[in-house]
Amino acid sequence: MRKSPQHPQEAVFLLYARIAGYGFRRHSAYRAAALAGAFTNTVFGVLRAYILIALWEARPGLGGYDITDAVTFCFLSQAFIGPMQVFGGGLELSGRVRTGNIAVDLLRPASLQLWSLADDLGRAAYLFLLRSLPPTAIGAALFGIIVPADPMTWISFTAGFALGVIVSFGWRYLVALSACWVVDDRGTQSLSLVMTFFFSGMVLPLHLFPGWLGALAEVLPWSAMVQVPADLYLGKRDVLDALGFQAAWAAALLALGALVTLAARRKVVIQGG
Amino acid sequence: MIRTYLLLAWTWLRASAQYPGPMITMAIGSFTVNALDVAAIWVIFEHTRSLAGFGLAEVMFLYGTAGLSFALSDMLFGNVDRLSQHIKAGTFDTMLIRPVSAFVQMAVDRFGVHRLGRAAQATVVLAIALSRLDLPWSRVWMIPLMVLCGIVIFTAIFTLGGALQFLLTDAPEVANAFTYGGGTLTQYPLSVYGDELVRGVTFVVPLAFVNWQPGLFVLDRPDPIGLPYWFRFAGPLAALGLTAVAVLAWRAGIRRYRSTGS
Repeated sequence: MRKSPQHPQEAVFLLYARIAGYGFRRHSAYRAAALAGAFTNTVFGVLRAYILIALWEARPGLGGYDITDAVTFCFLSQAFIGPMQVFGGGLELSGRVRTGNIAVDLLRPASLQLWSLADDLGRAAYLFLLRSLPPTAIGAALFGIIVPADPMTWISFTAGFALGVIVSFGWRYLVALSACWVVDDRGTQSLSLVMTFFFSGMVLPLHLFPGWLGALAEVLPWSAMVQVPADLYLGKRDVLDALGFQAAWAAALLALGALVTLAARRKVVIQGG
Repeated sequence: MIRTYLLLAWTWLRASAQYPGPMITMAIGSFTVNALDVAAIWVIFEHTRSLAGFGLAEVMFLYGTAGLSFALSDMLFGNVDRLSQHIKAGTFDTMLIRPVSAFVQMAVDRFGVHRLGRAAQATVVLAIALSRLDLPWSRVWMIPLMVLCGIVIFTAIFTLGGALQFLLTDAPEVANAFTYGGGTLTQYPLSVYGDELVRGVTFVVPLAFVNWQPGLFVLDRPDPIGLPYWFRFAGPLAALGLTAVAVLAWRAGIRRYRSTGS
């Protein structure tokens, strides 16, 4: 028999830990789809790697990277697509807004935001195993990538990766809840896709963006999803500075999400029937 | 078959015209998403004057021709890569009992003008490239032919990707590696990629005939891996060959198809 928790805080923690576990298990039902995603991410990684190699052969040392750094960056960014859900979505929330099931979610005696976050962390953990490790391993086998020797780098990268997932959740949660105000959220979703894809570093490392565009891209929240964790892995950035930047965006997006949840609670009109 | 396609396309268009708002935002969205590819090319050429031996206008020419072929093929037939969704939902069974080819029904399903966004974007890039390149008429004639062959090649790949989903119903994303991967691969001069990859997309999946081989003729460039000169005119041959394979694969898929029963 399971021991019942003694303190309410412990009960709350166990609840969200269990939701995260269910998120992990629910996604593990789609193993073939995840592996297919890993295959596609790897193929695109190979294509992008060749383009970056051609660029770095023409301009060695560009943006503070050498060729191996650039190839490593390329496969890391492909590996982030699954956990960080770079193409958007991943939350069932917007669908639940459309069907009206959100009303049930808002009635639950648990925070909608934390519930979704716990579920999303479970999803990210599963996709890390199936969609992050294979592209990185195949990239390493085909082109050779950097493997940090310093354990501190691994620790800071792990922290940066986790914070990146939280920033990504904070952003996608806001996009999903936008469905409470705009009837058809496909517009917001595709706008979000454009911003995330371009300003996270998925297209090219943000260090290459010229002038003001580069300066802008470095401070926007999307860089916390791909560019910053990749730089932590490559050891190209001050660790405290990078983690502080990610934590600040995570806190800001989560706080905004909490406010929007409150507003949504007042906004939701439950259609009868 | 063409008449049925046009009739169904017209029906879907009238349906989507009932909601002009989403239709317009999606067209703009598709234009913008693809404009990011060009933004990437622009950023690359901020740092270098030539990529794997090709200048900005030449890369834009290769991007524009491949992009136009891919966009038109995707608009007209790209929907066949949704086969697994239809199999899982059981709606493919409905298509099979109708007196119209299942392929046509799949291809035209939810036909919408929003996909014109990408074609429009590729056309703009191609127009800018052509205005900068100043090509002689003795070579320009190849451009419409290569775009047409490109459409046929991409359509065959979409069809193969669809046929693959008869086998991999739970993993339709595998097809994306070939369809959208092919669209991405052809955006850059193939000299960027390794020799083995170039030979692979010449002799196995003939993506090199979308814009690379005919493009070498239009731009009057030597082939970096020294393939015979007549390869530049072999586009129609490659397109027909791949189409034959795709037709066989699709038919084999239909023959062995079993409903999920749901």
